[in-house]
Amino acid sequence: MSILQNPLGIHGTALKLREQRTAILASNIANVDTPNYKARDMDFSSVMAATQNNTMRTSHSRHIGVSNYQALQGDSMIKYRMPNSASLDGNTVEVNTENNLFTENSLRYQATSTFLNNRIRGVMSALRGE
Amino acid sequence: MSMLTALKISSSAMTAQMVRMNTTASNLANMDVVGTTADEAYKAKKPIFQTVMENYTKNNFEASVQVNGIHVSDRANTKRYDPQNPAASEDGYVFMSNVNSIEEMVDMTNASRSYQTNVEVMNATKKMMMSTLQLGK
Repeated sequence: MSILQNPLGIHGTALKLREQRTAILASNIANVDTPNYKARDMDFSSVMAATQNNTMRTSHSRHIGVSNYQALQGDSMIKYRMPNSASLDGNTVEVNTENNLFTENSLRYQATSTFLNNRIRGVMSALRGE
Repeated sequence: MSMLTALKISSSAMTAQMVRMNTTASNLANMDVVGTTADEAYKAKKPIFQTVMENYTKNNFEASVQVNGIHVSDRANTKRYDPQNPAASEDGYVFMSNVNSIEEMVDMTNASRSYQTNVEVMNATKKMMMSTLQLGK
């Protein structure tokens, strides 16, 4: 796909999903001492794959194509995390895991935002034609 | 804006941990408060945490935390023979508070660790937001 047709590529979607995941992981960390709280997370790569434009093939122009993302809506993209060890109060948050994933997520967020920045700069320099 | 909600979530957790810290401080401060009857003696207090869902939909999960109430410990107050004490009953006994100092110390350490973690989460979220705001510059 040409850079001018879709200047931001997949990075816009990726940034949005990363942002959503930040809130999920922040919720887990915030609820570390809440009894019966169940930690949740999003499988980033499968959600990301589903958001891509792989629409269902249609044989007629008036058929409605269903994208993978729409198909995904039937099933929540947020899943429960399986804890390594059970705790007596029913809480499944493990601070080390959550911290680790939160750091990883924020690093990847920064990477995506750098990619976006480069894209924007590329488009800008193409527009200026200097 | 999930980022702003993430900040709100961390701040709610910090508030909750602060309440927990305050109850621990009260418990430790009142550890030696005695009473003539078991009801007059100090009883340990503990906050009850509860999850609050923010904008909850199938594909959106944001949960902050709130203090739902304060639980007053129903552990029995121990009796001590201390006839010199002005609070002593006729047969010379005073009721001690039911605070367990070891338990309180553990709670305090736990609360301060959780508080710190949430401060870190907040800082990281802030950095991410700033990098997004600088986009294209």
